[in-house]
Amino acid sequence: MSNEERKIVLPSQVLGDTKSNRAGRGTFIEDGRIISGKLGILNANSNYINVIPLKGRYEPTVDDFVIGVVEEALSAGWLVDINAPSPAFLHVNEVPWDIEFGDTEKYLNRGDSIMAKVTQIDELKKFQITLKDRNLYKIKGGHIIEVEPSRVPRIIGKKGSMIALIKKYIRCRIFVGQNGKIWVDGDTESIERVLQTIYKIESEAITFGLTNRIEELLKKDAKDVR
Amino acid sequence: MTLVPIIKRDYICKLATEGKRIDGRKFDEHRKIEIETNVVNKAEGSARVKIGNTQVLVGIKMAVGEPYSDSPESGVLTTAAELIPLASPDFEAGPPRENAIELARVVDRGVRESEVVELDKLCLEPGEKVWIVFIDIHILDYDGNLFDAASLASLAALSTATVPAARFEVGEDYPLPLKDPPISCTSVKFGNFVVMDPSLDEEEIADARLTVATDKNGDIRAMQKGLNGSFTREEIQKVIKVSLDNGREIRKQLSESTGK
Amino acid sequence: MKVDIKLIDDNGKRLDGRSTEELRKIKIEAGVLHRADGSCYLEWGGNKVLVAVYGPREAIPRHTQNPLRAIVNARYNMAAFSVEDRKRPGPDRRSREISKVISEALEKIVLTEQFPRSAIDVNIEVLDAEAGTRCAGLTAAGVALADAGIPMKDIPVACAAGKIAGQVVMDLGKEEDNFGDADLPIAISPRTNEILLLQMDGHLTLEEFNRALDLAIKGCHTVSEIQKKTILDKYQSVEGVE
Repeated sequence: MSNEERKIVLPSQVLGDTKSNRAGRGTFIEDGRIISGKLGILNANSNYINVIPLKGRYEPTVDDFVIGVVEEALSAGWLVDINAPSPAFLHVNEVPWDIEFGDTEKYLNRGDSIMAKVTQIDELKKFQITLKDRNLYKIKGGHIIEVEPSRVPRIIGKKGSMIALIKKYIRCRIFVGQNGKIWVDGDTESIERVLQTIYKIESEAITFGLTNRIEELLKKDAKDVR
Repeated sequence: MTLVPIIKRDYICKLATEGKRIDGRKFDEHRKIEIETNVVNKAEGSARVKIGNTQVLVGIKMAVGEPYSDSPESGVLTTAAELIPLASPDFEAGPPRENAIELARVVDRGVRESEVVELDKLCLEPGEKVWIVFIDIHILDYDGNLFDAASLASLAALSTATVPAARFEVGEDYPLPLKDPPISCTSVKFGNFVVMDPSLDEEEIADARLTVATDKNGDIRAMQKGLNGSFTREEIQKVIKVSLDNGREIRKQLSESTGK
Repeated sequence: MKVDIKLIDDNGKRLDGRSTEELRKIKIEAGVLHRADGSCYLEWGGNKVLVAVYGPREAIPRHTQNPLRAIVNARYNMAAFSVEDRKRPGPDRRSREISKVISEALEKIVLTEQFPRSAIDVNIEVLDAEAGTRCAGLTAAGVALADAGIPMKDIPVACAAGKIAGQVVMDLGKEEDNFGDADLPIAISPRTNEILLLQMDGHLTLEEFNRALDLAIKGCHTVSEIQKKTILDKYQSVEGVE
């Protein structure tokens, strides 16, 4: 997307009408008009008018990979903070361990971090997550940072290009949760360098040519180290 | 209760074993401090202090009232703090709880015991009428180390305060009489590491906290140890030394920003 | 107490030099706090208010949750040093009432049905008070809600009109509030002109009320433009968009 097309819209701004367009995410309809319901960037693709939020809590979508922190162990599962408007529920049947009734605390307890997947969102916006999938587990070691959830696609890059780039120059493991939580593991120096790079990507105003600029930066730092 | 991920604690401790802090500071280094005075028109004196991302606003109000019977010729000083829910997702509305009360009392002690405000000069009629000085601490943004931010903001607000004598029809306005202030410096301990001016990340995992207020002569004027961990005698000596060094620097900045 | 004070002079100017339809000076800043999800600092004449928004997040205690939508908790609070005679810290009957009517006004605008069981907390702190703090607070809350990325139908805005020296005027100042005849603070949704908050005290004829309401709505629209420009300026610089 080129820079000129990025237009910021505010709640209440009229973006189109329902005759020629369809109301997408971040919008609502009133009297046949499509109106922005959020502070965000206007995104019109095919027939839909969307507003991509600039700020705000994570809005879970089924199949999203997220990083969560256990708030509370209950008898039938756990309540997990995934940076959404309410905590997600991880049922004992959704973990790869056989757990006897009342033993949940032995496996996961308050303060533990996990990589999980969103499996279900009901009409009342109750979120369910699972640990039963490849590469999902309790996180040990490393460090977790938080970015605006709306910045996640930019940090991942096209088909994971940005993350691949960071891994090419810095020895580390990275897992980016769709909820804006990012886990980085490696020695402390590598973690610090990854964080600097991620914050740079997050704060950079321009998306056009960002990958090249980040690569130049990483290259330069890599030389400096040697 | 704040939810602190266990891996955050582990990471901060791991950094510490390599002599590093999560925001890149040295163990004995404080964050950038900004002091702005006269920010509230209705107050007799006011100041906003930023330490890193922590922001505290203090306003001084004065009124004429009765002295305490055990000190009939001396003004009255009262300090109040509220951890208002504006400042942190973890602060709840309601009357001050023990954390807010401890904060107010530690600031109060730093100001009172070192006699910064010359209360004996605030008597109007012995035993009848004296000035009452209210220090109200308003936390705006909580990112660790409220003790130092609140006490520095209180001192900056006091040093720009005017006694509103005309409004109370007891003479002409004059600057609040003050002596040299003691500067508070807080350190926390986690594991076996002691760091100065804790950020919120560090404060959340801290086992023990020590606040030391030192004066211009290098003497100690108030102290407060907090949390359920402990310090060794050697650690306390070190904290005092760091507090003296940082205190000198901060005192200079305070006097530059208040012009006193 | 009968005070002999001339609120409008022979040239039609008010005590602070404003004309009858002129607002006090307004300055707004968005995103000023680190911890809050959204925030706003606003100066309106001698008023200074700071607003922080947290949420949507799980409503606690759980019995306050609404299973179908989010609740909006506005909390209006005056700092002890914000007024001439020190105010005792903590809520009083006045601040509770203002908190209630502001919460209700904001609930109409926020798309609360998107967040069942959640709370959106809007903390309004009055740091310096000089007539019209509820309008200043609600206006700042509108900006802070947008800054927090809260979905809403509009950016709510408030303004007052009143009557002094027999005339209907815009946005009462301090003495005008103390010695005037009537005050009519309102909040609206500027896109639809729906009225979200309305209070009145004093004495107005029906005709005066209609004039005052027109004037207050006009003031709301002027303030609304400042709100929108503030948010756009802030995010256009962050995003590098022209």
